[in-house]
Amino acid sequence: MAQGNGGTLVEVRNLKKYFPVTGGVFSRVVGHVKAVDGVSFSIRRGETLGLVGESGCGKTTTGRVILRLLEATAGEVLFEGRNVFKLNKEELRRLRRKMQIIFQDPYASLNPRMPVGDIIGEPLEIHGVARGAEKEKRVKQLLEVVGLSPFHARRYPHEFSGGQRQRIGVARALALNPELIVCDEPVSALDVSIQSQVINLLEDLQKEYRLTYLFIAHDLSVVKHISDRVGVMYLGKVVELAPEEELFRSPLHPYTQALLSAIPVPNPEVRRERIVLEGDVPSPLNPPPGCRFHTRCRLAEERCRLEEPVFTDRGGEHFVACHLGAAH
Amino acid sequence: MTETLLDVQGLKTCFYTEDGVVPAVDGVSFHINRGETLGMVGESGCGKSVTSLSIMRLIPWPPGRIVEGKVWFEGQDILAKSEPEMRKIRGNEISMIFQEPMTSLNPVYTVGDQIAEAIQLHQGLGRREAARKTVDMLRLVGIPLPERRAHEYPHQLSGGMRQRVMIAMALSCNPKLLIADEPSTALDVTIQAQILELMKRLKRELGMAILLITHDLGVIAEMAQRVVVMYAGRIVEEADVISLFRRPLHPYTDGLLHSIPRIDAKKGRLHVIEGVVPNPLNLPPGCRFHPRCPYAAEVCRKEEPPLEEAGPGRRVSCWRRAERLEVA
Repeated sequence: MAQGNGGTLVEVRNLKKYFPVTGGVFSRVVGHVKAVDGVSFSIRRGETLGLVGESGCGKTTTGRVILRLLEATAGEVLFEGRNVFKLNKEELRRLRRKMQIIFQDPYASLNPRMPVGDIIGEPLEIHGVARGAEKEKRVKQLLEVVGLSPFHARRYPHEFSGGQRQRIGVARALALNPELIVCDEPVSALDVSIQSQVINLLEDLQKEYRLTYLFIAHDLSVVKHISDRVGVMYLGKVVELAPEEELFRSPLHPYTQALLSAIPVPNPEVRRERIVLEGDVPSPLNPPPGCRFHTRCRLAEERCRLEEPVFTDRGGEHFVACHLGAAH
Repeated sequence: MTETLLDVQGLKTCFYTEDGVVPAVDGVSFHINRGETLGMVGESGCGKSVTSLSIMRLIPWPPGRIVEGKVWFEGQDILAKSEPEMRKIRGNEISMIFQEPMTSLNPVYTVGDQIAEAIQLHQGLGRREAARKTVDMLRLVGIPLPERRAHEYPHQLSGGMRQRVMIAMALSCNPKLLIADEPSTALDVTIQAQILELMKRLKRELGMAILLITHDLGVIAEMAQRVVVMYAGRIVEEADVISLFRRPLHPYTDGLLHSIPRIDAKKGRLHVIEGVVPNPLNLPPGCRFHPRCPYAAEVCRKEEPPLEEAGPGRRVSCWRRAERLEVA
């Protein structure tokens, strides 16, 4: 947990990503899935910003739009003050060195027909950073950094376990000395004993290379452990954002409260009051009016059904979008 | 009061592959009492799912076969039953739910028809009776508008709803034992909470025993009365849930409990179990955990420790137990 040292690295402003839905004989656009629908936050240099939420809440899409792996529908992303969406091809390519991603599935995100050395070295070549012997030297160094051995460079992905494959993914992400790494569910597919190895590795690397992480995950315990600040997403919106300790100690949004109470705690002697949410998440094709959570909120009032709550600072950098919280 | 429902003795299930014989379950013994929940924990490949499939006699041959052991259910040896006799036990006496409800439901039949089929088959009810019971079961598992939902197809339901349908189907014939293999793993945390609460309520109301297989220690702590821990095809520890979390006796259990990031604990470096799970084709000699064990001694490398009594209701398989206790 490196603390952010104040400077803003990434600024996300009113980001939107709609996916068109087509139907009928002529495949006309009949609607839009509002995967990300007006999200704003900033990531400070050197910090880990956690982004949690359930499947379909838009957390993965947010990460990809920031890296411009998906084109945004609206809004802007500033990386070191420059609008990422306004860059031309060449400028974007240069910026890509500074922003990398680690994927959830270490089985699917590595090319099975390439030796590991080529997988890790590929970005070096594409960006013209190093080739030949110099590239090989750097690959070996990267393998050691992530806890593998230089001789692993000749092997293929299938020869590695899940945890080792995730280390390969980390090595590739590190190859170009990035500033920001978007970690998209990096440990979700791993066994418990392997999870902790990879989490420790990510923390060590952050300290050593002053990395900034956007850490996307559905596992709140993991996010709590690694993050300095945490944002909670629901149906394409960030509903609450606060420093990690503050968020887990005194969550203000009823959704965050329910989410936290739902986690099974590995201690059989603790019996907690659990808020069980009724029903399922509504469709992002047609999100409810007013506050998007009102259909499942036990505290919802008339106002919540009509008016969308504004995302506001309740003090101490604790942002929340809820009509009720203010009165509490 | 505590009456044994299921008694597994020395179960050994092997898979005959091109690369050799894989003893996926290698001499496993445990029992389940009437009405209790036994948790079975372990990482992928430890043999927990194969154990449950062996109890149901659902190991596909080739490549798998139960080669040794006895499975007593209400005093009858299940492994000696003929296939028609076994079919009467499955569903009626022992039911099973799986991790992925989408792949366990038939996509071309309505969920109502699928449940009704099971009821007609196992309980010999007429069509109208079965349809009525189906709606009752859907209501029991908390599906809103059960009359209407019965006519829907699996793809029209959300993941949580599908898992409820699976539970409804599994419980429709009042089984004495429910085997739940990672029942909530594929679900979001708030939906997982719904399913766990549902299982607890149904167990209270219907009084069946549950064999709960999971890698999630939080789920174990919340649901189970007793726990067995599996590693590389063997049970390494057995205890009541409170003793296990208070004072794990096996270094593997201890390592697992310390390596999970916790929502209720302070930050800091995560404990790590070094190395990876051994290849089942090439198991280490002696104790199977010794290459990863911080307490391993000479004897651990040579001889396999027996699973021995370690206090009331506790068993552990570790040579270094006495020494470790002194240190603690």
